[in-house]
Amino acid sequence: MDDLITVVDWSRWQFALTAMYHWLFVPLTIGLALIVAIMESVYVKNRSVKWLAMTKFWMLLFGINFAIGVATGIILEFEFGTNWSNYSWFVGDIFGAPLAIEGIVAFFMESTFIAVMFFGWKKVSPKFHLAATWLTAAGTALSALWILVANSWMQQPVGMEFDPAQMRNVMDDFWALVFSETARAKFTHTVASAWVVAGVFVIGVSCWFLLKRRNVDMAMSSIKIAGWVGGAGILITLATGDMSAVSVAKHQPMKLAAMEGLYNGKCGQEIVAFGILNPAKTINNDEKPYLFDISVPYGLSFLATHNPHAFVPGISDLINGVRLTENGDTVDAVSYADRIKIGREAHEALRQYDSAMAAGDKSAMAAAAEEIKAKYEYFGYGYLDSPDEAVPPVALTFYAFRVMVMAGGYLLLFFAVALFAVYYRPKWLQNRVVNWIGILSIAVVWVCSQSGWITAEVGRQPWVIQDIMPTKAAISAISSSSVIVTFFMFAAVFTILLVAEISIMLTQINKHSKEDITTISNE
Amino acid sequence: MALEHLQIYWWLLISVLGALLVFLLFVQGGQSMLPCTRNAVDRNLMINSIGRKWELTFTTLVVFGGAFFASFPLFYSTSFGGAYWLWMLILFTFVGQAVSFQYRRKAGNIYGTGFYDWLLLLNGCLGCFLLGVAVSMFFFGSEFSVTMGNILDPGAPVISRWAPTHGFEAIFCWKNWILGFAVLFLARTQGALYFMNNIGGDDRFFDLNKRRVLVNGVIFVLFFVAFVVMLWLADGYTTTGEHSFEVTPHKYFLNYVEMWWCLVLFLIGVVMVLYAVLKSSFAKHYTKGIWWSGTGTVLVVLTLFWVAGYNNTPYYPSLTDPSSSLTIQNSSSTYFTLKVMSFVSILVPFVVAYIAYVWHKMDRSPLTPREMEGDDHSY
Repeated sequence: MDDLITVVDWSRWQFALTAMYHWLFVPLTIGLALIVAIMESVYVKNRSVKWLAMTKFWMLLFGINFAIGVATGIILEFEFGTNWSNYSWFVGDIFGAPLAIEGIVAFFMESTFIAVMFFGWKKVSPKFHLAATWLTAAGTALSALWILVANSWMQQPVGMEFDPAQMRNVMDDFWALVFSETARAKFTHTVASAWVVAGVFVIGVSCWFLLKRRNVDMAMSSIKIAGWVGGAGILITLATGDMSAVSVAKHQPMKLAAMEGLYNGKCGQEIVAFGILNPAKTINNDEKPYLFDISVPYGLSFLATHNPHAFVPGISDLINGVRLTENGDTVDAVSYADRIKIGREAHEALRQYDSAMAAGDKSAMAAAAEEIKAKYEYFGYGYLDSPDEAVPPVALTFYAFRVMVMAGGYLLLFFAVALFAVYYRPKWLQNRVVNWIGILSIAVVWVCSQSGWITAEVGRQPWVIQDIMPTKAAISAISSSSVIVTFFMFAAVFTILLVAEISIMLTQINKHSKEDITTISNE
Repeated sequence: MALEHLQIYWWLLISVLGALLVFLLFVQGGQSMLPCTRNAVDRNLMINSIGRKWELTFTTLVVFGGAFFASFPLFYSTSFGGAYWLWMLILFTFVGQAVSFQYRRKAGNIYGTGFYDWLLLLNGCLGCFLLGVAVSMFFFGSEFSVTMGNILDPGAPVISRWAPTHGFEAIFCWKNWILGFAVLFLARTQGALYFMNNIGGDDRFFDLNKRRVLVNGVIFVLFFVAFVVMLWLADGYTTTGEHSFEVTPHKYFLNYVEMWWCLVLFLIGVVMVLYAVLKSSFAKHYTKGIWWSGTGTVLVVLTLFWVAGYNNTPYYPSLTDPSSSLTIQNSSSTYFTLKVMSFVSILVPFVVAYIAYVWHKMDRSPLTPREMEGDDHSY
């Protein structure tokens, strides 16, 4: 195979491109489906023309967004095969199941009932239509559940064992996958963050109506619904963010260290609330990690372990195998150099197992299997050439995490103010500056959402499966030129479609802000 | 239930999904006929008719892929990672389809309706043809090898390797074209049959689709007969061990003979499709052809998958290294995973039931231009 690293890098770029485009649309689909379902429920209860018009308007925007989310989603699923074929075999026994369940349980539900949502107003009863809307919303959340279970398993591989005879990992506990600590945190965090995205979107668009002084009643009602959905979402996102931090500290300490730009940790570790990384800092020098920082004492220890005095290892600590107890005792000191050595020994044991199996030597097979089992924890490190390779891109992870947290803090304030204003100070919402803040906050929530995804996915590099398989061992035997061509094809197609989506969205919003929404038909 | 039974069961489920997918390609078939329809009202009617079903086809394709991944991951790894360009081109055509219905006539559509109709045409023609090409490889083989030990090669740790043309060799193989064109013209036939069933209030349009059924049906039959003759005359592999095979002349014909129930269902399916084409073409006003044709298609495709994978037959034969050929035994997930997935598959009848119920509710009355005008969400 030619140019291994180039193929790996381009495959990573292609997957990242697809995932980030997909992630532009999916949170809005999940959140907006819930908001539309709530609005329709109100309509079915009071049969008000206003609530029907609201439901149809937001459903229109939901439909425009849903289509492009579907388009990018199909690519993601099949890219596991096209670009990561080794991965597909090595863990397909485990990873394939959630994807198949997602299809059977969630995709069919969405695709069946979305047709009723859009075209069933005159074909089914209002209650049946409402049920279809709720089932579509449930389908979007169920879809998120299974894909996030799959993603979480890559970050915390549980419920499996390695079978040397088949040279692959096999599942031995399905429920361990579904209810892993990472899966629980990731599902709740991600779905709640989708409510936040949709909440800000609905409030932002409603602010445009308020700015235009058109459909004010509808806009105020929309802000109430979106405020509650988004407000609940941001609170759950904060709470589950804490769960995620604890989970990352336990299962992906290198990711946590990269998120903090922390090279040498200590007991009672402070957290950097705001900082600028020193670009000259690497694991091989003694430069200061930050050019500037504002830190909160004990913050990281508390965030990561809920114990302000706990030790949090930095990047260099992990590489050197330093872990300390609260009393300063060194424990669990397996350096990354040792991990690489152990990983290679596990590879060699697997070769021996394979040879013994070919020769029919059962005792040699048993001995090799025993050695593989003992050393499998570090199997993936056997593919690395040096410990440096196990360090994720620190700057991108560090800044993405801070952007997410700061934007999340802003959004908490945003929903608090929005709810207060819409119930107790409606006049605030007649202010043009306030309206523009609402509109521009749409950009903030997408930056926040994308930053979260970058933190989660870049921070776990170089692992496609934590500690077991690095990305460079997961690829397909294809030429880099093929991947480069498809990368640019995807980049062009997705960008063209994104421009189309935004244009249609803006036109529809603008059109509905010029007329009485209860009298015009949605296109 | 033993592993062997679970492997057979999951190949059955894959077959069902594959068969339903081929039936649901009537959506793509309808799309492929857009350029032949110059009347804008007719074109909008066609798009709004099939546009209410496109998600089902799309979802079936995705679930087909997901189920293959879960149950036969070595196929997923080998075929998708190997025939890279074939699958990528299929995916590109489906990306275009996913947005086109929704965006084509929306205000603010900066590229114009024609751009999206062109994407629908591309998906309708190329998507069907390439899917046929991909399925043809299940019978006529492909150029790949599988070496598990490669996982330990740090310089190139890839298990499955394919010909350097990465799928183009399959796209440009005339044998694969036969099934590709057969799938395309079957989809077009069924697209026209669906329009006859789903669109009402316009006798001229109904007659137009009658002619389409006849023309496309005849072309389909020609390609299908050619495919069946090739298939029955072709040599195939017989599995003699986990990774050992021997060449068997007329393997797929023998499979039909030895699994006589496959042959019976195959013939019933063929008769149903022919009945649908002939009656829809020559009866004065027959609208049920899609159901006869759809059921017949499902039966025929089911048997094709069965003769590909059952009766000691490798369903993905390798031309480069026969010992690398994939069988339902050597490419499957483990007993545990297949068992877990089998519990999930209990939901499948429930899913089919609610799809059928919703389909019935939504299609009780035919689509008319008048209904489309008053529809808030027409495409």
